[in-house]
Amino acid sequence: MNVKWGSLGGVAVVGFGVTVGVVVIFALGVRALAARDERKAAGSDGTALTVGAGACFAVCAAAVAYGLYLIIPQFH
Amino acid sequence: MVIVAALAFDFTNGFHDTANAMATSIATGALRPKVAVLISGVLNLAGAFLSTEVAKTISSGIVNDHLVTPGMIFAGLVGAIIWNLTTWLLGMPSSSSHALFGGLIGAVWVGAGRQGVNFDEVVQKILIPAIASPFVAAAAALAATYFAYRITRRAKPATVSRGFRLGQIASASLVSLAHGTNDAQKTMGVITLVLISSGALAPGSGPPVWVILTAGLAIAGGTYIGGWRIIRTMGKGIADIESPQGFAAESASSTVILTSANLGFALSTTQVCSGGILGAGMGRRLAGVRWGTAGRIAMAWLVTLPAAAAVGAVAASAVVHGGTLGTVLIALAALVVSGVIVLLARRSPVDAKNVNDDRTTHVRPVAAAKARAGV
Repeated sequence: MNVKWGSLGGVAVVGFGVTVGVVVIFALGVRALAARDERKAAGSDGTALTVGAGACFAVCAAAVAYGLYLIIPQFH
Repeated sequence: MVIVAALAFDFTNGFHDTANAMATSIATGALRPKVAVLISGVLNLAGAFLSTEVAKTISSGIVNDHLVTPGMIFAGLVGAIIWNLTTWLLGMPSSSSHALFGGLIGAVWVGAGRQGVNFDEVVQKILIPAIASPFVAAAAALAATYFAYRITRRAKPATVSRGFRLGQIASASLVSLAHGTNDAQKTMGVITLVLISSGALAPGSGPPVWVILTAGLAIAGGTYIGGWRIIRTMGKGIADIESPQGFAAESASSTVILTSANLGFALSTTQVCSGGILGAGMGRRLAGVRWGTAGRIAMAWLVTLPAAAAVGAVAASAVVHGGTLGTVLIALAALVVSGVIVLLARRSPVDAKNVNDDRTTHVRPVAAAKARAGV
């Protein structure tokens, strides 16, 4: 019997890393959005925070797009 | 008849596994229940069409294709369907794939003898990934949940929960699509195998369009009908889930499913998603996890393969020794058992309206009434 411990370990490491990475970036984006709303309510400018949030969500969208690429064999 | 059984299995697979993708979205209110199952159904159908290479999981060495007859496949499917319906009645998120593999293994073992089943392959391709994958998903979801709460601790709760709900819709959709490409494929593989073994298709040919269409529609239809009993257990029973946790759980599930599918492990969507939800529950508050429910789910996983194998084996012995009469009897018996299970479920129904009202799915109406009254 020949168990592929290497691949199994790979799934574990990649799965863990990507999940934590995506969720952390998404959470940072959400936090930036919330901070922007507070700034705007206080009357000051929130553009930098909006851009930051946008960048975070763009990274997450890219991760989803890569997921779609993996799911759909026609792209390979 | 084998094809009808395969489609019936696909249907049960659909409603059994809606919970995987959509349970947390429904529980956190990110999607309304009806909308969630509709999205999931459509994506399952789309997934069935996206991937046209035949899923070889079924025949890839787990059973010896040269020894398998359509009768054995039929018996295996009967075992899988009955086990799926039983766990649905109990609201248990068990693995449809394991039910299918178990049914086939049992049927082939009885029909073709022990040498018809490659047990090494079973351990390597099913058992080890089955044990490892929920742990990986749980660990990833746990860490992700912890950081999500840590990062957004000072932010306004309303914004946070709205943001994560939107994220959940995306991650849940990804799980549904991945499910469509995996599980609908398994049924297509079975039907194609039957067509080839009966000579209707040339060996090595892919599934015809009508097979893709019917298999996709069966799984999408099952998904839309919705396995509300299981959705309740996964969304409410394991832990009380908030939207950041739901997002973490579903991100973990989709990542683990995609990476392992890429490396050729046939793991169970159900087990990965349950693991993710458990991890997300622990990440916020250890005490928030209902270990009793989690333990019962783990028991259901252990039993799934042997139980489906046992039903498959009984069915196979009737089909192999009883000929046409045996096959007809087994088909009738399967219909009767399925009917009884559906009637039992009617006594204490769970549907789109009451799915979030309670934490456990009851079989007896009295127990359900007691639980609602808080006794």
